[in-house]
Amino acid sequence: MAEPIETTEDQEAGALRVAGGTWQGYLIGLVFAVILTLASFWVAGTDLVWGPGVPILLAVLAIAQMGVHLVFFLHISSAPDSLNNILALAFGVFVVALVVFGSMIIMANLNANMMSMPELMNMQR
Amino acid sequence: MSTHAPTRAEALEVPLSERGPAPRNVVVSFGFWLFLLSDIVIFAALFAAFAVLSHETAGGPSGDDLFDRSRVLVETAILLASSFTCGLMSLAVEQRKLVPATAWGAVTFLLGATFVGMELSEFHGMIESGAGPDRSAFLSAFFTLVGTHGLHVSAGLFWLLVMFAQVLTLGFRPMVLRRLRCFSLFWHALDIVWIGVFTIVYLGAH
Repeated sequence: MAEPIETTEDQEAGALRVAGGTWQGYLIGLVFAVILTLASFWVAGTDLVWGPGVPILLAVLAIAQMGVHLVFFLHISSAPDSLNNILALAFGVFVVALVVFGSMIIMANLNANMMSMPELMNMQR
Repeated sequence: MSTHAPTRAEALEVPLSERGPAPRNVVVSFGFWLFLLSDIVIFAALFAAFAVLSHETAGGPSGDDLFDRSRVLVETAILLASSFTCGLMSLAVEQRKLVPATAWGAVTFLLGATFVGMELSEFHGMIESGAGPDRSAFLSAFFTLVGTHGLHVSAGLFWLLVMFAQVLTLGFRPMVLRRLRCFSLFWHALDIVWIGVFTIVYLGAH
């Protein structure tokens, strides 16, 4: 294999290596993710948790696991280099929440206000 | 004029307006991060559609009838393992170690391909049993959401192959390193989307 070409970009890459992970970091992330995944599947299949609480618990576990992935795999941190990334992430989370919860609320509202099919039929008589 | 690149501490003392452009790696990672976030917004729209339509089965099979949780757990484990091996690959790449990087990359590829294969066989089984995307609004939303994720994983597999070719022909030059960084961001982000998929679609948290 050819000798790697050293450029100023390579030095920059060296500076950025701090932001990258270590194999211990990836291992910790993997352990957390496995625990949270198994917990999610256990919660979904068990009778030990109060029924209406299951979706909330699943949501909490999913958000926790997404956090683990962001920190240990995607290396989103509070370092100055990643400030812009965090601001963009905050905006992304905001848009995602608006789209998902907004759609669900509006459609539930429309469903609740919709006349049922038999009533609609009666009106045409 | 100093010849060495400023250290992080030195750089922070200079006011933001006088620091000049950020290092290329930071800019590239940020740009790719913006792409990933916009991709996640696409998935948000598909998740919203699924959440709204998940009970509209039109008399057809519901999620409880169709989904096999042990299979989904295996798929999740495979994708998580591939995320881990992808991390090990990027560590080897940063240390310019060709053989470990290629080996971990190959493991990542095989795990990803296994995941896509399991997903395809699940889709095939569902369509064979009359639960295709044309059966109900619920199934349309399901196939669109999970299929889009599967397409992303397939695109990632193709990207990984291209990166192998570039590493073997061009070596670890900065351009290739930047692309490999972007690839690992992409691969980890797909795993984050999958967390949403298995929680909302397969475990039914909505």
